[in-house]
Amino acid sequence: MRIGIVCPYSWDVPGGVQFHIRDLAEHLIRLGHEVSVLAPADDETPLPPFVVSAGRAVPVPYNGSVARLNFGFLSAARVRRWLHDGDFDVIHIHEPTSPSLGLLTCWAAQGPIVATFHTSNPRSRAMIAAYPILQPALEKISARIAVSEYARRTLVEHLGGDAVVIPNGVDVDFFARAEPKQEWQGGTIGFIGRIDEPRKGLPVLMRALPKIFAECPGTRLLVAGRGDEEEAVAGLPREMRERVEFLGMVSDEDKARLLRSVDVYVAPNTGGESFGIILVEAMSAGAPVLASDLDAFAQVLDQGSAGELFANEDADALAAAAVRLLGDQDLRTGLSERGSAHVRRFDWSHVGADILAVYETVTAGAASVAADERSGLRARFGLARD
Amino acid sequence: MTTLIWIVAALVVIGVYLSWTAGRLDRLHSRIDAARAALDAQLLRRASVAQELGTAGVLDPAASIVLYQAAHAARQAEEEHREVAESELSQALRAVFAEVPQVEAVREAPGGEESLTELSEAVRRVPMARRFHNDAVRAARAVRKHRVVRWFRLAGHAPFPMAFEMDDEPPAVLEARTGP
Repeated sequence: MRIGIVCPYSWDVPGGVQFHIRDLAEHLIRLGHEVSVLAPADDETPLPPFVVSAGRAVPVPYNGSVARLNFGFLSAARVRRWLHDGDFDVIHIHEPTSPSLGLLTCWAAQGPIVATFHTSNPRSRAMIAAYPILQPALEKISARIAVSEYARRTLVEHLGGDAVVIPNGVDVDFFARAEPKQEWQGGTIGFIGRIDEPRKGLPVLMRALPKIFAECPGTRLLVAGRGDEEEAVAGLPREMRERVEFLGMVSDEDKARLLRSVDVYVAPNTGGESFGIILVEAMSAGAPVLASDLDAFAQVLDQGSAGELFANEDADALAAAAVRLLGDQDLRTGLSERGSAHVRRFDWSHVGADILAVYETVTAGAASVAADERSGLRARFGLARD
Repeated sequence: MTTLIWIVAALVVIGVYLSWTAGRLDRLHSRIDAARAALDAQLLRRASVAQELGTAGVLDPAASIVLYQAAHAARQAEEEHREVAESELSQALRAVFAEVPQVEAVREAPGGEESLTELSEAVRRVPMARRFHNDAVRAARAVRKHRVVRWFRLAGHAPFPMAFEMDDEPPAVLEARTGP
């Protein structure tokens, strides 16, 4: 099958959606499919052979933060050329509502289009204003995928229609087989995420920390992620600060080893999560997981049976749960075993098969993808070339 | 003279808008057709595998008869009874594959593994195809309710699209084989 995948965000900037697309493309190529990914990228960035650059993304303030987006004639022309050269059986657009490549492709293509909705953003003002423009493009999508039941609910509320739920994939064995590192073992709590991003919840964990350290002497906290380390520990009593270790940005291998080593992985995120890939990775590595009870997290953790949940933003609840987990080896082993069994459904072998099933469902009984000539003025008067 | 130019310009703009809307509607109708064809294919596939399992003699006689009967009815159903017949097949599948031992029995039979894989794929794809179909129907209905579309009869003779409603809940035991 010839598959075209559209990535809306810059390939050179690491991010959840980009990693998902990279892994999906590699998985599909291993199965013998032809895959081409269209992504914004600087012309000089080295790209994997399956990625086609759609030009540099322009930083624009959008929806409260600075987003790097692709639009304008040049990008539209590159999208058309890619569609024309690729001759795809199906195209798979990620985040079709962001004003970038996804929307341009929706506008320019016809035929079987699959779209994945990653975020569960509440409807923004821009989207309400753009709704009449967005709708004709979005109604070309033959199949919608939401990454979680939560993302599906927001999608149904804001755009109408329906979607199938297919979670993000993880290479479970990569994490399960990683070698634990001795210096990260022995009474350790793990946290991975941006330090200076309050939504990732490190401040909540920091508030809970004095209680945890007081009840469990010898416990350490390992933090992997970018941000200001001084500021992060500023609220902590001085004598406790050395029990917090900052590892900075870690490689994929080190991330897997860290998750294999820690006694408890804590995800205190306070909101804005539509899936929670890090929980899946932690479960793959067999780490007992303690997470805030966000809708998306509760679903990934099977409503608390594959990992412990605590009331969101409640530092005392977090501390109590962490102390209970750190003091009870049997509880941790049980969680780890249930997590490892539950996580199999997120492995690429399952997720990839489901995504392929969607491709096959939409391509059955439909022509292949082509550039949509009907959207041009010339076509309106019957002048379009074939 | 200026008035005439303005009138002509307005008419052209209206004409382009109408033609664009008609094109949009046409695209939606062909999307429904494709989705309906895909749904038909998946339903037929599911019924065929179920019928095969019903006649293969790997299940106990009572289960075989229930499954065969439901699969046969689903394949032969007339258009207006199709939704009911397919829902009954879903119920029959859930009843027959209610427990893990039943699945194990089928797997141990020669060729059972393949049939089970086909069946699990089919029961997973039917709800997918149905969701895609009903999503297309909803999008087309939203456009057809538009005043402009009704006044200018842009939908032509295309029948008003109907959603396909059925019980497509797969057996829990089979669902676990193919992921969430």
